[in-house]
This record gives sequence, structure tokens and C-alpha cells, in this order.
Amino acid sequence: MFVRGLKRKCFDGEEDIEGTLAGIKAIPSYNLQRQSLLDMSLVKLQLCHMLVEPNLCRSVLIANTVRQIQEEMTQDGTWQMINTQSTGQASLDRLVSTDILCRSSREQAEGKHVPGYSTFNKDFEGDQAQNSSETMSTASSVQTPRNLHSNVWEMENPQENKGNFQKSLDHIFETLENKSPNSVEDLFSEVDNSYYDLDTMLTGMMSNTKMGHCDGLETFSPPTTTASNSNCKSDLNELDHIVEILVES
Amino acid sequence: FLGAGGGNDIQWCFSQVKGAVDDDVAEADIISTVEFNHSGELLATGDKGGRVVIFQQEQENKTQPHSRGEYNVYSTFQSHEPEFDYLKSLEIEEKINKIRWLPQKNAAQFLLSTNDKTIKLWKISERDKRPEGYNLKEEDGRYRDPTTVTTLRVPVFRPMDLMVEASPRRIFANAHTYHINSISINSDYETYLSADDLRINLWHLEITDRSFNIVDIKPANMEELTEVITAAEFHPNSCNTFVYSSSKGTIRLCDMRASALCDRHSKLFEEPEDPSNRSFFSEIISSISDVKFSHSGRYMMTRDYLSVKIWDLNMENRPVETYQVHEYLRSKLCSLYENDCIFDKFECCWNGSDIVMTGSYNNFFRMFDRNTKRDITLEASRENNKPRTVLKPRKVCASGKRKKDEISVDSLDFNKKILHTAWHPKENIIAVATTNNLYIFQDKMN
Repeated sequence: MFVRGLKRKCFDGEEDIEGTLAGIKAIPSYNLQRQSLLDMSLVKLQLCHMLVEPNLCRSVLIANTVRQIQEEMTQDGTWQMINTQSTGQASLDRLVSTDILCRSSREQAEGKHVPGYSTFNKDFEGDQAQNSSETMSTASSVQTPRNLHSNVWEMENPQENKGNFQKSLDHIFETLENKSPNSVEDLFSEVDNSYYDLDTMLTGMMSNTKMGHCDGLETFSPPTTTASNSNCKSDLNELDHIVEILVES
Repeated sequence: FLGAGGGNDIQWCFSQVKGAVDDDVAEADIISTVEFNHSGELLATGDKGGRVVIFQQEQENKTQPHSRGEYNVYSTFQSHEPEFDYLKSLEIEEKINKIRWLPQKNAAQFLLSTNDKTIKLWKISERDKRPEGYNLKEEDGRYRDPTTVTTLRVPVFRPMDLMVEASPRRIFANAHTYHINSISINSDYETYLSADDLRINLWHLEITDRSFNIVDIKPANMEELTEVITAAEFHPNSCNTFVYSSSKGTIRLCDMRASALCDRHSKLFEEPEDPSNRSFFSEIISSISDVKFSHSGRYMMTRDYLSVKIWDLNMENRPVETYQVHEYLRSKLCSLYENDCIFDKFECCWNGSDIVMTGSYNNFFRMFDRNTKRDITLEASRENNKPRTVLKPRKVCASGKRKKDEISVDSLDFNKKILHTAWHPKENIIAVATTNNLYIFQDKMN
């Protein structure tokens, strides 16, 4: 079975990070970091360049990473929780992680000055409260703090981070070129849900193969309503299909 | 550091650099493989544009006894062309993934070069004489009017300017569904293996329409695929033995005498995971990007993302030595995952059985001396251009206060990666490939 990461004492981690970066008041929770990693991985699997056959080793490694994350999320119940909760609170939670990605790049595009991570700061303070209550209620057996060595937000180097987020965002924006985003929520509400609906992602990839470029997100179906628990198991199986498609195509 | 002291430490000096000077790198010029031949006289490079360039070492110059011969272009040819797979609607890249030389048997040189799908055997031969004095043809090849022929003569060979010709002698195609990552010539010099992501095939150099499949890890249900083959190599002395590495950090040693299909390994080399370093990236960084036997065949070296490991073939449960190439990247794995650098495949090479070399980022490369346990970081840069000036060791500052001449992790250029290096089989001459330049370094001869 999948072995969880090492448990970290929350305060040690915070001290280390606060020492290296001024102005950040909160660390993203482990769940949020893990979520971002999952999102990033799914984007990577979708956006392989389909003119040349994708690198199978890379795809397999990314797919294994996604599987690990999903297994862990299934184990500690967060996977289930995300799929069952249809309240605004949960969707806002998901939006936050991608909203950050969006804002740093959109504001750059609009020429706005993004002072470090001060905006991110605000969101996390709100989010921390939500997150902690969520984890407390559903994962009471897993109260121990976690250790994710790789800090998704790369506290040590916000400059490099912005560049990286920009790049990920550019990919996403390319594929969404036909949508005119009226609001951040509009733009990402569909994308977000689709990440969990691997069926539609799969469809997107199938048509990608024919078209020869990735605009798979356009073919995503509108966000589905509350999924049942059985979704997490079938989603894991669907993930296996991705690898098959990548190989067979 | 290696080179910092006297004794037997090698002091590396810049010798030559080949390739375009400007920063704008043409995609086709990206070097994808580097390999010395068995004598070290020839040095071959392959690039993303499907070309092979061979450099030849000049004979030692009597007037310059303190430096070894320079390498100059000997032959350039287009090995592979881009192709299109109509069934899958996908391009097949012409990028040369690997070059392997055959030992020299006669005046000509032979090498194998491969792209993702097709392996080719090339013959490189010299021509320095040509026949002159034909009866029926003019010197330019036009036929003479037969009525003007009044005498007969025997054509003679006359010297001409040296011409080096490369011709494809065998084409080994249509045997790989997945992308070829390795080729390795057997010690019998008659057979060789080619490995792709899921299968390894055995070929005879003379036979192109047949190959034997000796390893197949494709699952019956592709949905169950979680592991791929990343590299393979024949044992240097034992012609029935080969190894292959995987994306999960394991190496399997197989004996072809055991069965026709070597799906069951004779030995499995795997180091148990260090639980204190576990993260979501553990598997990715454990993926082995290269495996190389030492010249003696007693040891093998593997390269994963952060380290180089030396294995004794007699001990399967852990490596005998582990060297950290750039441990300071461990805290950056998420960024490196995002920008895909975590999937970079670094190669490694031996000097005999004592020193190993591998590349890193920022055009740095590293050497580890197994005997003295010392290591050194050097940089391939046009700034250190003076021949016979000893290269200055470089140091990366992982954390804390940066000393003078150190470079901080955040300043490293991850676009400048050294993936391919090669060590002359007999002398202390190394070839180091940056993105589109080939650097040659020699030890300082006193």
C-alpha cells in the first residue's frame, strides 16, 4: 500500500519557511499543496505535444504520481469529500488554488503590479480556516501534521515561481482560447470540475490525437453535480485508461 | 577536490570547443549523444537534426609535445531523416538517441546510430587514391568517342585529397513499437541489443529482417502499465549477460542462456527506499536514466535524478557507493517537476573503474574519484577558453551565506544542462556536450 509522507511538526516547518521569506503569513496546507500537485500533473498529462508521440516514461511517471495522490486522498477521505460536497465552500476551496495561479499571471498580463504574494496571503488566511475545519471533521484519525518536502509554492523564490505559474497558465489559456473569461470563477469552474471527471478528460485526449493539438478542455462537458463515492474508484480506473490512450495513440 | 592537490589528482584544462557561438540555439543543433570509438582516435556526436559529426584526433605534434592532438572534423553525414507514421498520424523524430562504435576490424570504421525507431549501421571509409587513365572515359566521366581511341593503356591509381565517405550498410527497421532508448554491442562483436520503453531486441549485425525479442515488459492490459525500461547494456566480457534499468529505480541482470525470453531476471538490483526522504516525487527521482558497466565488468554505475550509484554485481540489495550529484535540488523538486526538468535524462561514464563523471545544470559537470573519495564540479563555458589553463572548481551554495565565487541554487540556469559526457578509453581526455556545443578537456601534461 502507498506509504504516506513523513509527518512534520507544523511549527518547525513554519519557522523554517518564515525565516526565508518576508511578508508571508501563512503556509498553504498540505492538502492544498497536494491538490495543486494533482492539478499540475493532470494538466501535464493532457498537454503533451501530440505531433510527436509523447514520451512514455514521462507519462507513466506522471500517471503514477497522480495515482499516488489519489490513493492518499482516498485513504484520508479528502477525495470523497471533494466529490460529495456541492456547497460553495468546497468549490471555493478548489478555486482558491487555481485562482492564485490565475491571478499572478492575469495581473501580469494586465500590467498590474503583483507585490510578492500579498494577494495570495489574503486568500490563504480565509482558506486556512476552511481547510482546517474540513480536515478536522473528516480526517480525525489523521490529525498528525504532514511533511511535504517539495513546497509547491516555492517560498524561497517567488520570482521563479511566478515564471513557472505563468508557464502553466499559458498552457491553460492556450487551450481555452475560444472562451472569453468574464470572471475568474467562470473560467476555472469548468476546468476544475473536469479534472475530477476523467471521462471527459479522456474524451478530450482522444480528439486531441486526431486534431494534433491540445484544445481538449473545450470538449469538456459542463460541470457535473455531486458525484457519489463510487466516483473515486472509477476515476482511478479511468486514470489507467489515460496511459493506455497515450500508448495506443 | 580533484585537481586541487598534487599527487595523482587530475588537473583538467580546456582544450577545444566545437559548435556555434551565438546564444540562439537552432533546434537541430542540439547535441543528443557523444561517444568515443574504441581507440579514442574518433569522437562522434549525434544531434536532434539527425546528423552525425565525427571528429578525428590529430597525430601528436612533435613541435607541441605538451599537448595531445586536437580533434578536427573528419566526417559529417545525415544519419536519419524525419519520418511520418501514417497509421498513427505522428511524426518520427530524426534525433539521434545513441551512437555506438564497433571495434575496428579493417581500414574502415563502423558505427551504429539510432533514432526512436530505426537503427543504422554506417561504414566510414577513407579514399585517398583514385584510378586515372581509363581508355573509354575522360577524366570527368564522359565517354570518349571510340574512334579517337588509338592506344590502350592500363589505368593507374594516383593520390587525391583525402575524402571520407559514410555509407549506410544495414538498416534495422520495424522492430520497435516504442521509442528506442539504448543500443549496446555485444562482446562477441556479432550481435547487439536495442531497447525501447517496453521491449529489448537482439540483432545480428548481418541480418536486418529478423530480430529476437529477449525482454518484454508490456502488460497484457496496458492500463496496468506502471514501469518502463529506461536503459540497457551488454556486459563487456560476458556475451550472454546484459542489464536493463527501469523507471522505478531497479536494475535487472539477465542471462540469455537461461531462456529465449529473458523475462525472469537472474539478479534484481534495488536499494530500499529511505523513508525519511519520501515524497510524491520519490519515484520520479529514482527513475534510472543511464546504466554503464565499468571496463572490467565487475561494477556497474546507475544515474538517477540526484545521484550516481556504483553497484557490485555480486551484491543486489544495495549499491556499494552512492555519490550525490546535486543534492541541493531536493528541496526544489516541485519546481523542477513543474518545468519538466525532473524528467531530464542525465548520462554517466567511467574512466576505467576508478573515476565516474556525470552532468548537471548550469553547464556544470561532476567527477567522483572512487579511490580518494574526492569529487569536483567543473563548468563547460567559453569563458575558460585558454588552453592549458587549469579549470577552476565550482561550488554551489545550497543555503546560508554565499561565499565569494560560489553560485546560489536560485541562480542556476536550468536550461543549460549537460546530459551527455564521454571519457577517452585510454587517456585523460573528456568530451562534454552542452546544449549545442562540444567541449574537449584534457589533463595538464607536465
